[in-house]
Amino acid sequence: MNSLPTSHIAIDLLVFVLSAFLGLELIRNVSRLLHTPLMSLTNAISSVSVVAAFIVMSEPGKTNFIVALTAVATALAFVNLVSGFMITERILKMFKKDKKG
Amino acid sequence: MLSSQYLHIFSAALFILSLKWMGEVKTSRYGNWSAILGMVTAIIATYLAFPVDHVPLMIGAAVIGTLIGIPIAMNVPMTAVPQQTAISHAFGSLSVALLGVAEYYQRAPHVDPFTMSVLSSEIILGFLTFSGSCIAFAKLQEIIPGKPFVYKGSNVVSLSVLGAAVLLAADLVLHPGSQSLILAIIALALLFGFLLVMSIGGADMPTVIAILNSFAGISGAGLGFVLNSKILVVAGTLDGASGLVLAIIMSEAMNRSFINVLFGGFGAAPAGGSNGAGSHHPQRSVKSYLPEDVASLLDGARLVVVVPGYGMAVAQAQHAVKDLATILESRDCKVRYAIHPVAGRMPGHMNVLLAEVQIPYSNLLEMDEVNPMFPEADMTIVVGANDVVNPAARTQTDSPLYGMPILDADKSRSVVFIKRSMNPGFAGVDNELFYLPQTMMVFGDAKKVITDITSALKKN
Repeated sequence: MNSLPTSHIAIDLLVFVLSAFLGLELIRNVSRLLHTPLMSLTNAISSVSVVAAFIVMSEPGKTNFIVALTAVATALAFVNLVSGFMITERILKMFKKDKKG
Repeated sequence: MLSSQYLHIFSAALFILSLKWMGEVKTSRYGNWSAILGMVTAIIATYLAFPVDHVPLMIGAAVIGTLIGIPIAMNVPMTAVPQQTAISHAFGSLSVALLGVAEYYQRAPHVDPFTMSVLSSEIILGFLTFSGSCIAFAKLQEIIPGKPFVYKGSNVVSLSVLGAAVLLAADLVLHPGSQSLILAIIALALLFGFLLVMSIGGADMPTVIAILNSFAGISGAGLGFVLNSKILVVAGTLDGASGLVLAIIMSEAMNRSFINVLFGGFGAAPAGGSNGAGSHHPQRSVKSYLPEDVASLLDGARLVVVVPGYGMAVAQAQHAVKDLATILESRDCKVRYAIHPVAGRMPGHMNVLLAEVQIPYSNLLEMDEVNPMFPEADMTIVVGANDVVNPAARTQTDSPLYGMPILDADKSRSVVFIKRSMNPGFAGVDNELFYLPQTMMVFGDAKKVITDITSALKKN
């Protein structure tokens, strides 16, 4: 299956490096007002590990132990996914501009 | 499946756009929704591409997670967002670490060295972030004391624990079949995270939370490498970069390095010796005033600057601050808020609390913006902050605060310090500002003092 393992690694490393630089630039430009909701948002985004849980769950020959670990990991990721987006929305709704100006 | 790969690219683009839109308040809510759409897309695309087994179990897990997540999100008070963030780092990193362990058992004993080294680093990082975040949560929730737990050689002990974990991981890379090693690695990683955060004081939590955020993201990216999932690499790396930038901003705002925050045991040593301004002038006394005195001085003020700190969150005084601001503004006095980057217990904590009471965000000013305003301010009211206004940071080379950028509260015409007691701030040093001629100390609970000032103002 992995006939070209090195090329997978090379592409993943490229994606990693580009995302890292892009992320550093983007976050540097985030207003300090928004650092708290930024954190709750990135927490929510990191629960994309649900994707990893799906991949592990699709592999053949899993033991019950692996199935159990994956199910627990999925539940934990969903806690973050739901609470992260909801808290971000709650916080962002509070930021009001001055009505006078 | 090809179409699923395109969906993942779409999802990555949405995550990137989300962070871009998060840059400004105006577009920030699009940012959140863009990330939600990106997440839904990523999950659907993966489900379509992979023959996922145990679907009912997975749905059950998702439902349980959702049912836990919703009440947390709806009920957490804004003052408790730092501990909520800490516990969500714990959940996120544990999730990623458990998946790493699952993938290891799935593949062992045939794991190539590259995959095994990424996998073991990811597992170490995931578990140390988990235990570290649990301790950060316990400290912020005041289940355990916020004081740094340090003893002679504590750094040597914790670094040896980490070193042992790394050595065992190296052994595992060479012998991926030795399945018992993984358990020892997990135990050591958990112990290191515990020791590391135990040794860090409560007021350093903004930096610690940011670093843990970064670790959680990077371990997610590591899992992406192992599973060859690009969307996981992108999302994990963005998360890791975000935590890193925030940690750098926090460290710079304290004029300290990461290493000093992580291993410095800052705030552990009691004030005294050659450290600390207080030791130079042990005899000085402060002038204590009543809320009514402050109110009479506020009569006719044109500009008041409020400096909020963690004490405002503890006393839940943000509503009282807003009431005071409303009455001052009705008398044509401008009220501005000076936000030091490390005020509070997480990045941006004070902004959220003040936004919660509907103070317009255009009045929440960063250090660079507000410092030139202090000389024109009739009064600066310091609510639950201390070290961030200590002038010793500018002049006293022997002070632990020396070099830290501070808010120039001492340059305003009068300074009101609302404090519960004369206890020094986190750095354990006395505050020069207490003894300046224009300073009025008002002792008491921040919420009560401010409410009393407001009612005295109403009577005038």
